Formats: sequence, C-alpha cells, structure tokens
Amino acid sequence: MKKLKDTFQDIIRYPSAIVGLLIVLALIVFSIYTMITIPYKEAIYLWKGTEEVVYKNPRNAQPTWSNWFRKDKLPESIDVYAGEDESFTKEVTPREKGGNQIEFNYELDYNYNELPQDIFMYFTSNYTDRNPFIVITMITPSGEEIKVFDGGISQASNIRFGQEEKLLTRLIRLHGRDTETQSQLKGVIEGLFTKIGSYPPEMNKGKYVINVKATTFEEGSNVDAELVMHGTVFGLFGTDHMRRDLKVAIMWGAPIALAFGLTAALGTALISMFIAALGTWFGGWLDELIQRITEVNMVIPYLSILIMVGTFYSRSIWVLLLVTILLNIFSGSIKSQRAIFLQVRESTYIEAAKAYGTNDFRIITRYMIPRVIPMIIPGLVSAVPAYVFLEASLAILGLGDPTVPTWGKIINDARTYGALYQGMFYWILEPAVFLMITGLGFAMLGFALDRIFNPRLRGM
Amino acid sequence: MTEQYEEKDLKISEGELDEGFVLDIRGLKVYFELRKRGFQHAGFVRAVDGVDLKLHRGETIAIVGESGCGKTSLMKTILRLNTPTGGEIEFDGEIINDLKADALKNVRRKIGYVQQDPYGALAPFMNVRTILEEPLIVNGIKDKQERFERIVKVLEEVRMTPVEDFLEKFPHQLSGGQQQRIVIARAMILDPILLVADEPVSMLDASVRVEILKLLRALQEEHHLAVIYITHDLATVRYFSEYIYVMYAGQVIEKAQESDLINKTAHPYTHALLAATSDPDPKNVDEFQDVPPGEPPSLVTPPLGCRFHPRCPHMIPDLCEVKRPPEFDLGDKHQVACWLFRDMPVYREFTIED
Amino acid sequence: MAKQKKITIKEDAILEAKRKAELMSKMTDTTHKVGEVKHDLLLSIKDLKLHFETVRGAVQAVDGVNFDLVTNKAVVVVGESGCGKSSLAKAILRLLPRNVSHYSGEVWLRDVDTMQLSDEDYREDIRWVKISMVPQAAMNSLNPVLRVGDQVAEPMLVHYGMPKEEAMEQAAVMFRNVGVPVDFLTRYPFELSGGMRQRVAIAMALVTGPDLVILDEPTSALDVLTQANIFNLLKRIKANLETSFILITHDISTSSELADIVAVMYAGKIIEVSESHRFFSKPRHPYARALMASVPRLREREEPRFIEGKPPSLINPPTGCRFKDRCPKRFEKCEEEPPVTVFGDDWVACWLYEGQGE
Repeated sequence: MKKLKDTFQDIIRYPSAIVGLLIVLALIVFSIYTMITIPYKEAIYLWKGTEEVVYKNPRNAQPTWSNWFRKDKLPESIDVYAGEDESFTKEVTPREKGGNQIEFNYELDYNYNELPQDIFMYFTSNYTDRNPFIVITMITPSGEEIKVFDGGISQASNIRFGQEEKLLTRLIRLHGRDTETQSQLKGVIEGLFTKIGSYPPEMNKGKYVINVKATTFEEGSNVDAELVMHGTVFGLFGTDHMRRDLKVAIMWGAPIALAFGLTAALGTALISMFIAALGTWFGGWLDELIQRITEVNMVIPYLSILIMVGTFYSRSIWVLLLVTILLNIFSGSIKSQRAIFLQVRESTYIEAAKAYGTNDFRIITRYMIPRVIPMIIPGLVSAVPAYVFLEASLAILGLGDPTVPTWGKIINDARTYGALYQGMFYWILEPAVFLMITGLGFAMLGFALDRIFNPRLRGM
Repeated sequence: MTEQYEEKDLKISEGELDEGFVLDIRGLKVYFELRKRGFQHAGFVRAVDGVDLKLHRGETIAIVGESGCGKTSLMKTILRLNTPTGGEIEFDGEIINDLKADALKNVRRKIGYVQQDPYGALAPFMNVRTILEEPLIVNGIKDKQERFERIVKVLEEVRMTPVEDFLEKFPHQLSGGQQQRIVIARAMILDPILLVADEPVSMLDASVRVEILKLLRALQEEHHLAVIYITHDLATVRYFSEYIYVMYAGQVIEKAQESDLINKTAHPYTHALLAATSDPDPKNVDEFQDVPPGEPPSLVTPPLGCRFHPRCPHMIPDLCEVKRPPEFDLGDKHQVACWLFRDMPVYREFTIED
Repeated sequence: MAKQKKITIKEDAILEAKRKAELMSKMTDTTHKVGEVKHDLLLSIKDLKLHFETVRGAVQAVDGVNFDLVTNKAVVVVGESGCGKSSLAKAILRLLPRNVSHYSGEVWLRDVDTMQLSDEDYREDIRWVKISMVPQAAMNSLNPVLRVGDQVAEPMLVHYGMPKEEAMEQAAVMFRNVGVPVDFLTRYPFELSGGMRQRVAIAMALVTGPDLVILDEPTSALDVLTQANIFNLLKRIKANLETSFILITHDISTSSELADIVAVMYAGKIIEVSESHRFFSKPRHPYARALMASVPRLREREEPRFIEGKPPSLINPPTGCRFKDRCPKRFEKCEEEPPVTVFGDDWVACWLYEGQGE
C-alpha cells in the first residue's frame, strides 16, 4: 500500500499523467452518476423510444448549445404545463349549468428566423358522462386570430397542430397565395408563423398567444393542459431520428465503454500473465506449446472472427466480450511477459526460495508474479482504449446489442441515417468526442505509468 | 587478539570432530549437457569432476578457487539446486542425490543458504518481516505468534535492533550490510545444521566485510553450525575457516588446515593464488607479481592429465600432461593432487574417469 | 555512419600516440625502467566541486577536492561506496549527468585550466586525447554489437582523423601491449572472458596516448590471478610511458599494488594525501587508520576491526569534520572544519595534527 502512495506521488510529477488521471476519474464519476440517475432498466426503456417516452422530443434536433455558435438562433423546444409556468395561465370559472369554463392562455415570444417543427397540446380530463369541449385559438403578433381546433376531448387527448386538416385549409385561404404561380403553403406551421400574404414567406416575429377555452359539463370535471413545441434544438445532446434524447446514450456509453474496456483489458492481462508464468516456470513442452498457440493466434484477425460470431451466433455484448478476451489472451503480451519472467526466474531470491523448500505454485504466485505486475500495469491501462474502440467498432459495423445505448451505436445510427449529409454534425461529433477523450485519458495515464514503472524510460 | 587465534586452534581437536559427519561427499561429478541448436548434443561441461569432501558438525571449511573452478556448481549441488551426475552426497546420514518432494524438503530445512548478492537475494517487493516469514510458512509453521517470535529472535541474533524499526522496511531502504544480515537471518531462521555461504561479503564494501564475517563466526560458534564458506578471496578465508579446499577446473587440487595451507603451501596453483592476493603492503608498488600465464581451461575439453599443467611453471613432461595426479598425503590432514609430490604416500587414486 | 564533421588530422598527436605505443612494446614483464623518467607536474586540481540535484535535495558528491599529480605516478583515491569517488572521475573528465546543480573549481592539465574550455574544445582536445578513462565494470560497457578491434580503433578515428587501416594497426599494437592475442581483433565482446574484456577496455583508453588515465574500480569483478596480471600491466605502463594514473577503488589491498600516492576520500572531501610507503605503514587520519585496520590480511595475524556507523549522507553533510560521528579520537574542536596540515608533499585534514607540519 505504501507503494500506492509512492506511485501516486510519482504520477503527480508528470503533467500529462495528471490530465490523464483527471480524465479517467471524471469518466468514472460520470459513469457512476449515470448509473444512479438513470438506472439500467430505465435507460433501456428510454432508449426503446416508445411514444410515451419521446413525445416531447423533436426529431433530429440539434443540441441547445449549438445556438451559441449561430447568429440566427434556432427555435428551442418548449414543454410547459398549465398553471406551473407563468407564461401558461389557467383560469377556472364555474358555470351556472354545472361544470366549469376553463380558459388557458399561453404567451409565446417567437423571434426566430426558423419555423418550429410542430406544436402539440395534451389535454387530460376527468368526467363520467359528458366530455369537455375545447376551442383552441392562436393569435399572431400581427393580430390575426386563427382558430386551430374545436371539438371534444377525452380523458387523454392530443392535438397536433401540424396535422389539423381544417386548420391547413383555413390557413391556405388566409394566406391567399396564387396557387398557380406561387408555391403552396407547406404546412400548418408555416402558415401560422409567417406573415400573411408574404412571398417568399417572411417570419412573423413577435408575441403569440395560444388561447384555449374549455367547457366542462359536470361537477368536479377538470381539464389540464400541456403544451409542447418541437423546436429544432433540444437538450444538451440533441435527438436522433427516433426522437430519442441522445443524452441517454451518451451518458450510458460511458459506463458501458469503461466496463467493456476494463474487463477486457484486465481479464486478458491477468490470464495472459498466469499462462506466461506457468509456461516459463515449467519450461519444456508446456512452454513450447504455449508459444506455438500464441504464434498461431497472433496471426488470426480477431475482428473478423468477432464479426462472424456476432453475425452467426449472438449479438449480446457479453458474448462478444468473452470472445474478445479469449482471442486476446494468447497474444503478443504473453511473449513480452515471458521475456520478463525468464529474467525473473533466474533471480537470486527465487533460488533462495527453492533452497528453503518453496513449492512451484507458491513461487509463481508469490515470487514471480508480483515482480511482473508493475510492468504490466501500464500496458493494461494503455490497452483499455483499444477495447473501448473495439466495442464501438463492432457497434458501428452493426454488431453489438441494438437495444443497449452505446457510443458506437449512436455513430452507427448516424451513419445509417446520413447524418453528415444533412448537417447533423452533432450526431457523430458527440460520441466521437467522448470516445476520443476516453482514449486520450487512458493513453496519457498509461504512458505516464509506463515511465514510472519502467525507469529506463525516464527522462523521455 | 592472539588468544582468540589459539582458541580456534584448540577447536580442531579430536573430540569435536568425531561427532559425525554433516556432509560426506564421495567422487561427486556434476556434468551439464551442452546442446547445439536446441537439441543437438555437443559435449559436457564438466563443472565438478571427482570431488571428495567431508564436513563435521561445528566445523568451518572454505572452498577456494577462481571463477569457473566449479565451487559454485558444487555448492548448488549440495543444496540440490542441481542434480549430481555421479558420485554420492551424504547429508546427515542420508544420501540426497535423488530425493524429491517431501524428503527433499526435510533436508532443505536443515541447510541455510547465504548468497553473494544481498540485494538480489531479497525479493524487492517484500518487507523484512515477510521475507523472514516465508521459510517458516513454507515449512509448515502455522502458528502466527510462533512465527513472529522466531523472526524477532533471529533479527536480534544478527544484531538488527531495535527489531521494530526493521520489520516493515523494504530491501532498497537498507544498506548493503543490513541486507546481508537479513539474508543471513533468513538462512538461520529454520535452525539449520549446515550453513552454505557463497561469497557472502564479496559484493559488500571493504569496510563492512569484517562486520559480516564476524557475525557469521559468532553465529557459527553459538549454534555449533557446520559452515561451508565459498570464496575467491584468500585473505578472508584464513580468518574464518579451519580447513580449506582449493579447487581448479572442477577438481580439488589441495586441501589442508588453514595455517598449513599458508605456511606449507604445496600446489603451484595455490602458491600463485597466495602470491596474487595483496595485503596493503607498502612494498607492493615496487614489485611485479609472478602470475602463471594463460587462463583457466575450458571445462568442455579440459587438458589431459593435470588440468593445471599448461600454465604450471614446474610441469613435468610426460607425466603431468598425460595422467591425472592422485591425491598425495602430506600428513596432518594435508593432501595435494600434484605430481611434484609423487614420493609421498597416495591418499586417493583417481581411476579413468576423465 | 552518419556524416562526420570535418575532423582535423592532428599529426603531432598521432605521432605521440604511435611513439608511446612503440615504447610500450619494447617493455618486457620484468624490466622496470627503459630510460630516464621525468616527474613534472601533470595535474593540479583545486577546489573541485560537483553537486547533483535530486528529488531529495542537492547531493554534494564532490565538495572541494584538491590534489596534485606528477607524470609517471599513480594516485589512488580510496573510499567507501557513496563517498563520491566515482563522481570525482566524472568531474575531472567533465562527463556530467543532466541533473548537475553546481560544477566549479580548477583542473589544471600542465598549463591549461580545462574547466575554462568550452564543451566543444574539451571534447576535441582533452577528453580521450589527453585524459581518458576506464569506467567501472568496463568489461560490461563494451558495445556488444561491434568487434573489439573496431572499438579500440575508434578513438583514433574520431579524435585524430586517422585513416581506418592505420587506426587498426595502432589497435593491434595496443592489443599486444595489453596482452590480448592479436587475432582477437575481429572478435565480439561476448567471445572474450572477463579479464580479456577488461584489457580491451584498457587498450581503448590508452590507444590515443593520453597523459592521464582514470581507472574506476578496474578489477573489482575479476579473479585474483587476472587482477594481478592487470596490475602488472599497469605497473609497466606507469614506469615506462609518460602516463599517469588515477585509480579509484574501495579495495585498499589491491590499491597498494599501484599507488605512489594515496588520497583518502570521505563524504565528498579528500581528507588525507600521503606518499604510499608512508600511508601503508602509518596513515595519519583516524579514518585512514580505521580503514587499514578493517582489512583482513593474508600474511598477518591481527584480527581486523570494523568501523561503527555509516558514512554521512551527501545531501546534507554535517558541519565541521565529516568523520566526527565515527571517529574514536573525536573532541570538541571537531565541530568545526578541520585545518589542513602539510607535511612536505603530504597533507591531512584533521584537528589532531593542528600546529604540526610545516
């Protein structure tokens, strides 16, 4: 344990090591945070992308911070509940004939140069026989009052402005464009948010009010409203083609990458070390056998084998992890560890151990392996990013578990859905940056550890 | 100072020695096979070629010779780190040539091994307590308290006190002399009857050597140990051993009590060794030393007859280069394998084993 | 080989080197002197200091060293490990590691203070031209992938711009001089025994005909007979060529074979310099006495006595006399830096001798 403290003090002397260590620690903390705030089952559920999960999310939305880089900001997404936000008011007035007249008013300051994707209103109500009746009106900054919808609602109703046919007809008439020479109104949203009669369409900037008058007919009957506007930016990480918030996958990518990388690196290193020790100590045919297996195994391209396993056998990430470890045990590390063991085997203290009667197994575990551990630790740490990238590569190639949110999976989706051709840079950039940072952190830490544990490299 | 020397003299009286042999080696041969290209036989390295050795309880003997003379191989074979090719090694009444596993372990706990390189002999990742505990654990001392007590006792014996200060230290935190004390402690911790010390002080600073040698001598006296002291430094030998074996090219060429070896030197090689060993003498700088030309021979194809004959200033043609000399008895336990003494009675003949 | 800078062919130096080599070949084992041998002042070191920066502080390895050396003589610097003697060799030859924190003093080689020369001039004119070194464990510092003949010839090529064939001839002459068979020129280091390799290292140090050779523990890993052979060789060289030696060792016994002058180093300082006949019979400084008493001897009956304690750390050396904690003759004055008492060519730094001497 004292060695740990000394090692730590040694690490601090190298600036690159400090950076690497901080990155690795940050990743670990981030992973733990992720696993606490979004438990695994919940993450899988969120990543499934069912309607009830994603209804608030716009499709292919850029991350909110991208607006920082734009002079013309893109419209942000909005999600408000009546009565909970001061811009969304709810007034209840009782009626003489029973029930209530409930009026909702939502003020929207819209100054963007781009249209939002859509506006949704979700109504929940409770009643026994007679369902409430609502009228939705939208008032533009220039004063037009446009009726959006009128009709009855059930216990849970959802009005999507963009799908209202009658609204579209009204808007077309309202905008009064010449249908032959000028292009049709593209949709409700264009109709709602552009200046009447303008062509090319000009944004109508200013204050909009959405007014809902709801009438309930029974005692105790209530209506609640939620307004969701799908802007074109959303959240910290944006959304994908299935309207899933990328936050889930970005966050969960960290613990998965670390788990895969560390398990593979550690498992491979430990088993290799043990096999190298056995072979070197007993020598003879065992040593020869291990060397030949290693040489043959080193020639086999293991990515191809993984692809085969993934395609024909199972796409479970644990199976792939196991196969990775198996294929990597008999690799170059056995050879370099064997070189070290051969040296250690001739040490005087091991000779002394034999002289006082230590058996072979004890010599291997208590006398040889502890000598080697400091030398394999740097290799181990530096190998972690290789396995992290391996997992990501497999996902990018379409293998790997599709239900598990990982960084590689994001890149795979992005590639499949032509992210870069459509300017959705964030979709690839975010997972790529996280992969790079992970790789960088472990690599820097690994190099520094290498310099500490292998003093010959000091001064480089 | 002189009294101490005389006391040592008294030790070599009959009574002590008849206690029985700790070690009785007869005609020992240790050959290593040379292989070309991994499996093609290319001859034998005759590291030890017909060696007799007797050691009594409580006796200290030295094996002296230059590198490549076979003393290290001899020592390692006694410890059974090698297997003998021929001859017999009898330890405490038991032939140990072919012992394995438990029987061998029982023998090993009776032999303590002190190595040349104190730093290499200690596992760098173990602290003093662990290093000393290992032999106890390996030999089945299960009780933790008993182990601790034995560790404390042995550390006190090697004068590493206060003991608590040293238990948690690692080898690199100790000086060369202290490291060697730990090596000695480890060799002593199983209460051996034989101590094998391979150049125990040659890697230590000149000023520390005396300390360690005195310690070894004190331990030997206290525990009535038999000690084999292997070295190439004759100056320390006469300070620490009673009986000396001189080896050259795998064979014992002279053996005598310490004072006889120095004052009545017989073999020309021994003469050369003694002459080449310098004392800090102001006359040295004005004189050249007489050194036999050439180098020790190859052990794969050693010279016929006496192995020293190509370098010997007194070589007898047609005799030394043809036949291996037997050991001649010069009386008083002094034997020499050299044809110059062919008038003396034969002590041990060597049959055609070359 | 990479493109070499233009090397000035130093005709005089080459002739000198050749002459010395020839001189060596004329000697046989037992001739003591071939001609008249002069003893001019060759080396004069004044207040040499070399400190290293480490994590734990500045190691004051060489802390104000003074001594003189004349031609054809050998001075032996003896001391325990950690007293700074290897650093002294590096300080004289300017083979400095990267973490030097202090390097000062004067090193006069005849009439030139080498400390004043630039690194480039030092490399061209002094190192391996006038002063060379046989480093510790030299037999292990030969390049394993080059033939030994090439390695011995290399200093002639690099420093004197000699053409290859001539350099190889000189190497062959040196091989004969040090007692290595000439057909070993084409062998690799691993084919030679330890003793042979050490002789090769000595040949490499002598091939350019330097005035001064520093030997750092030249025989510590060798057997007695080989050791004796090497010292015979060094004695021959010292007696007949105008070459002086500085021998650095902890082994007092073997140092008596070569020493004309003994300098005792302790904790970074030289504490006694005495002519060797005097030193080996009656050293002055208490530490020197203790050292002499701690050596087991073959030909004497006295029981050696060891010195209690350990040398002080070079990182924060104690004030006053550095040996005071272990000195059996310590008294109050030892708390201060002891004065240097001169006895002719000898001197000692110890309060016990205050007021004596000239």
